[in-house]
Amino acid sequence: MQHTEHSTALPADLPAVAVYGLEVVRGTHTVLEHVSFTVPRGCTVGLLGPSGCGKTTLLRCVVGVQQPDAGHVQVLGQAAGAWRLRTRVGYVTQAPSVYADLTVLENLRYFAAALGLRGWRREDAVVRVVKEVDLASYADRTVARLSGGQYSRVSLAVALLNEPDVLVMDEPTVGLDPMVRRELWTVFERLTARGTTLLISSHVMDEADRCDRLLLMRAGRLLASADRETLLKHTGCEDVEEAFLYLVRTAAAAEAQARQGPAVDCLLPQLLDQPGAPDAERAFFAADTLR
Amino acid sequence: MRDRLPFSPTITRATAVRVLQQISRDRGSTALLLGIPCMLMVLLKLMFHDAEPVFERVGPQVFGIFPVIVMYLVASVSTLRERTTGTAERLLTMPVRRLDVVLGYSLAFAVLALLQAVLSTLLAVGPLGLDIEGPAYLLMVIAMLGALLGLALGLLVSAFARNEFQAVQFLPAGVLPQFLMCGLFVPRDDMYGALSAVARLMPMTYAVQAAGEAATHDGVTGLFVRDSLLILGCVIAVLVASAATLKR
Repeated sequence: MQHTEHSTALPADLPAVAVYGLEVVRGTHTVLEHVSFTVPRGCTVGLLGPSGCGKTTLLRCVVGVQQPDAGHVQVLGQAAGAWRLRTRVGYVTQAPSVYADLTVLENLRYFAAALGLRGWRREDAVVRVVKEVDLASYADRTVARLSGGQYSRVSLAVALLNEPDVLVMDEPTVGLDPMVRRELWTVFERLTARGTTLLISSHVMDEADRCDRLLLMRAGRLLASADRETLLKHTGCEDVEEAFLYLVRTAAAAEAQARQGPAVDCLLPQLLDQPGAPDAERAFFAADTLR
Repeated sequence: MRDRLPFSPTITRATAVRVLQQISRDRGSTALLLGIPCMLMVLLKLMFHDAEPVFERVGPQVFGIFPVIVMYLVASVSTLRERTTGTAERLLTMPVRRLDVVLGYSLAFAVLALLQAVLSTLLAVGPLGLDIEGPAYLLMVIAMLGALLGLALGLLVSAFARNEFQAVQFLPAGVLPQFLMCGLFVPRDDMYGALSAVARLMPMTYAVQAAGEAATHDGVTGLFVRDSLLILGCVIAVLVASAATLKR
């Protein structure tokens, strides 16, 4: 697995998210297994993989609501979930987590208060996010009476209240129609332009085109962490979906081989190093997916 | 800033306001919450129409019982909803402490409990003609304490129940035994062996006993004060326990 040393790095050079040897076990089931990756600042990173592969658990570890059984997670140079990160990291859960029986404004005012905003700062933030996610004409409507897309935009608006440095979003575009999805991506692009680091999970592979870097996951393991071009070059595929399937096939084949024969050194880390590139921009591929 | 208080007054107040907003949005629930204890009082009066002394004994005692049950249900279901919709988790990724959430809920429900206590006391001493030796406001105090107790138990239970259905099932398991043994049906001293000792461990017992004190004595007695403090202590202990069970 990839190991990077950041002890000598200046705070500004710290990656937005750094995950080392992360492992989460639930009962006898291993949800995450040796997951390591870094997310450079200001990047839009797509976390892709089929449903149930551990994407949500990984994101929950990054925001600090899930305690890892092994390994550690650092966000902006601090342990995930640290008190000082609570206003710098935004989290949008998969199911919109806002109060359905309150209006859009009431929700936003409450969460703004929960983020420690007061007085005019609170009102300012509320007005800003309402415009940002384009909900001005529904501001006084009860959330339960909004459409699915509007509902999830309220949830997104809450995460934008304090202009977080890192925004973690769990399948924010899933189940939405193409129009709404495009609108959301324009919001995300505006955020990136402002310097926000986005970590977005999805099981829709065509969203990969909009990300700077990709994390491909399957069954609790990270198959690849690379930018799109490197991924396609490495796998020799035309698009990300094909590349993902290719990586899954080779990983499965390697697993089967490992079960039959004596254990080969398929767990040794192998990095596709780009000379001169800083650690965070390196590409990583699971050893058993390499040809 | 963080270490001065174990909770943030601003966030606690905002939480209380938000909970009250949610409840006021649901007109039906509010009406039931405030109306049910009154309806039960009327029912009690009709039941003991020909037995005025029984009403005089039982009437004050139920002030320590009904609010516990009503508040328990409302509190457990609404906090459970907070946990299941993911909003609790979201709050805990923000600079919100567990005590902020628990105290916010307590504050909001205490306001409702006060309304409920005032309404049912006015009804009982007014139109229903409940005659007690002590001042009428003591009944309000008991109703408030009972409501706080129910609220605290509801918050605690919502940590263990996985869904609303289970939370409701905890009512017959946790609250009804207290109801049976609190001294309403059988005086505590006449109870079989160890039951009397068990009853002494249940907080509702003290609410009912305090109500009896208020009904039979002129003014505030020492026993009333002791029982009230016992219930309050119990409420605080349960609230702290439920804050501790609110997981990140």
